[in-house]
Amino acid sequence: MAYPIELILSRQLAECLDMPVFLTDTVGNLLFYNEPAEDILGKRYEDTGEMAVDEWGTVFKNKDDGGNPIPSEELPLVKTLLNRLPYHKTFWIESLQGRAERISVTSYPIIGRPKTFLGAIAIFWRSSE
Amino acid sequence: MKITLWGVRGSIPTTSPDTKEYGGNTSCVEVDADGWLLVLDAGSGIQGLNRSLNVKNSRIDILLTHLHMDHIQGLGFFGPLFNPATEIHIWGPAGNSQSLRARLGRYFSPPLFPVYFRNLTCKLILHEIAKTSFTIGPFTIQSDYVIHPGPTVGFRIQHQRGVFTYIPDHEFALGCNINKVKDVQWLSGSELASGADLLVHDAQYTSEEYQAKQGWGHSSMEDAIQFAGLNEVKRLLLFHHDPMHSDERLRFIQNQLKEKHKATVAFNMAVEGSAIEL
Repeated sequence: MAYPIELILSRQLAECLDMPVFLTDTVGNLLFYNEPAEDILGKRYEDTGEMAVDEWGTVFKNKDDGGNPIPSEELPLVKTLLNRLPYHKTFWIESLQGRAERISVTSYPIIGRPKTFLGAIAIFWRSSE
Repeated sequence: MKITLWGVRGSIPTTSPDTKEYGGNTSCVEVDADGWLLVLDAGSGIQGLNRSLNVKNSRIDILLTHLHMDHIQGLGFFGPLFNPATEIHIWGPAGNSQSLRARLGRYFSPPLFPVYFRNLTCKLILHEIAKTSFTIGPFTIQSDYVIHPGPTVGFRIQHQRGVFTYIPDHEFALGCNINKVKDVQWLSGSELASGADLLVHDAQYTSEEYQAKQGWGHSSMEDAIQFAGLNEVKRLLLFHHDPMHSDERLRFIQNQLKEKHKATVAFNMAVEGSAIEL
């Protein structure tokens, strides 16, 4: 079963971009992440392939500027998947290796023809960039 | 199932002594089986079908991949549209904001064409398709969007005699390296082409020409051959010839490609007027 071309083109665009991009299906399973995203995730797409939402959703601990945990329902990508709308938020992520980094995340839904919700994109903007 | 190629040229009709071997008419393919008739695209090649006039069917189904001019320019000249005894079904993709009727209506109206849609005298039924499965007589047909500017579909036509896939305009390689594709589910059009007995596929450019024309919506011949191989197609016809490619050039390119791709899928350049039985 092939993916819809809207997802295929999203992946192909992501592969051409030099900024971290995560592509998910409608429930948040990670279908693809590009090379810049591999650095944030600490994994390689070639090794992991697609990742279930439970699997990649626990890779990061998300915290606000005060160091308080951010509930998952307040994260941009989770809100996009829930509401099919774009969101943006700046916060801290801590990887499983304990590395903390301040990032901004922009997420938006992929609405294909005809008005079909197909998944979402999350772009991570690193503060140092 | 008999498949007749009435138009194999891309972009613009190119009739000259230099194109008479492969043909200069734009996309139109006839599919016949068990007394049913499908017409795939309505480029200028539809004139050949008009002339052949074994068009005695009381029902004809015209399947449009998209509405670029080279795929519809022959529609208004298709005789059965003006025959009250004929039932014509047109299947094609709608736009994001306009219906199929509204989009086709732009062609069937002055100044592009003197006859309005409402003036056609056949019994006309329009069907909007996207990723759709439908049945026409003995054919089970699957349409799906493929990568090409504007809403564009390809067709997988299944009959008891075999599977014929038609993707005349398709740039699946846009932004991806076909040599690195490991999983065909990430390849536009692969579900339509998988294991087909015959694939008619866009192959407008040489690899060198494609470098300067990425994003124009078409494939190189090399990529089309790889696409067929990845999808385990049994036979490939390279279609939608570039209007600048003469017979001599197409023959030369075909010989080069056959030398290079001896071990891969069986392929040939599509030839106007030729027919294939499945």
